[in-house]
This record gives sequence, structure tokens and C-alpha cells, in this order.
Amino acid sequence: MWLLFIYFATVSVVAGVLTVSLRNAVHCALALLTLLFHIAGLFVMLNAEFLAAVQIIVYAGAILILYLFVLMLMNLKTEEQHLHKKHSYLLFAGMGLLAELLILLMLSPYGGRMGSATPEVVLTTGPSHAVGITMFSDYLLLFEIVGVFLLGAVIGAIVLAKTPAKTENQEPANFPTP
Amino acid sequence: MIPLSAYVALSAILFMTGLIGVLIRRNFIVVLMSVEIMLNAANINLVAFSHYLNSMAGQMSALFIIAVAAAEAAIGLAIIIVIFRGKMATNVDQINILKW
Repeated sequence: MWLLFIYFATVSVVAGVLTVSLRNAVHCALALLTLLFHIAGLFVMLNAEFLAAVQIIVYAGAILILYLFVLMLMNLKTEEQHLHKKHSYLLFAGMGLLAELLILLMLSPYGGRMGSATPEVVLTTGPSHAVGITMFSDYLLLFEIVGVFLLGAVIGAIVLAKTPAKTENQEPANFPTP
Repeated sequence: MIPLSAYVALSAILFMTGLIGVLIRRNFIVVLMSVEIMLNAANINLVAFSHYLNSMAGQMSALFIIAVAAAEAAIGLAIIIVIFRGKMATNVDQINILKW
């Protein structure tokens, strides 16, 4: 178990750092793909097989392909300067924040009310079955809202990215002609 | 058995990687990719807590976060295309139309 966790964690952290630091944007997208696959592996270790499948299908299969399409449509040149001018300050600030976050996490007790879905209960029917039952009973309203939200996002994206119609140069009607 | 804190620490490291990416990168598309890293870090956290506290609520939230991430990617990329069509620039320090 530990070996798998260390493998997935190390590769995902390295892929995340590569996503942030690589110069070419297409290489960044491929590093992000590695990250997504290894996070799906972590989900399998946490008994969330349905979520792992959704991660691979939706994230790696749809969202990342969308990114790659846009990158290749734009045909960007690799730039000399791919970071901000003053990025070292921001890097320092980020490292400080990370240290503070880790210290806070070490001090936290991780207490919480235990739920009823113990691993034994979930594994008797299967994780996907448990997810489906929960989603269509307790979270039905939220599910419908997300559906409407996605519809709105799709319509918004189409309206935004539509080619603007050519506006004709209309001459003013009452322009005095010489 | 892997302790919960290992997952939480991994999620914190990934989240800060994404945040640093948002802050230091110039290309808008890579900034959006860094936002995806941050969302994934939050997902790891939610699923880990869902597993260790025996509740399905975390997995539900992670599913909805994936849906919201898809919407965010679609809208963000549409905005990039609009800006690129008018200005031929995808660097965040050149996109300053709203600057007053």
C-alpha cells in the first residue's frame, strides 16, 4: 500500500511541478495528463472507483483534449520569457504559504463525525452502486442544478466564441450630400 | 494503512504548486491548467476525508467539482479565443483591456 501511495504521490507532485514550469504549453498539457492519471490511481486506492473512471473520462478525455485543441488552434510560438519578471518574489511567497499550511496540517487533529458508509458496507454492493444511490437520493436537487449549470456554461461558451457577424458600414441617413 | 495526513499533505503540496503556477506563469492557458491542478488537489482532499470518515458526501462533492471544472474550462477557453482573435495575445500581462 505504501509503495503504491509513494509512487502515485511522487509522480503527481513531479508532474504538477513540470506543468507549472515547462516552457512549451503543449508539454505542460501532457504533464497535466500524467498528473490526472496518477490522481485517478489515488482515487482507486481510496475506494472511489467510479470517481477514478470519471476522472479519466471527463478530465483526461474531455477537458484536457479541449485544452490541446485550443493550444493547437492558436499555434503559439514558444516564448523566451514564460514567467513573470518578478516571479522569484511570488515563488518565495508561495513556499512560505506552503510551509505554513503544512505546519497547520501537522497540528490539526482531523476529528469529525463518522458517517454510516463504512468500507465494508460500501464494498458489499460496490462503490459505484453506493455513489449512484447517494447521488439520486440525497443529492438529487444538486444533480439537477449541475445539469442546468452545465447547459448554461455550454451556451455561454458558444455565444462567446462565435464569429462576430460583419457589421455593414451604414452611412448616416441624413448626411448632406454635396 | 496510510494515515489521512499523508493524503492531506499531498493535497496541500499540489494545491500550492497550482497556486504558484497561477501567480508566476504568463500564458493564460497554462494559468487555467494550474487552476485545474488546484481543483484536483481539492478533490484528493475530499475523497480522502470521505474514505476515512465513512461518508459518501466527499465523493459527491468531488463529482460536482469535476462538473464545475468542465464548465470553467469551456468558458475560460472561449474567453481566450475571443481575446486572441482581437488582440493576438495570450499573455496575462498583455491582456489589460479592463485596466483603467
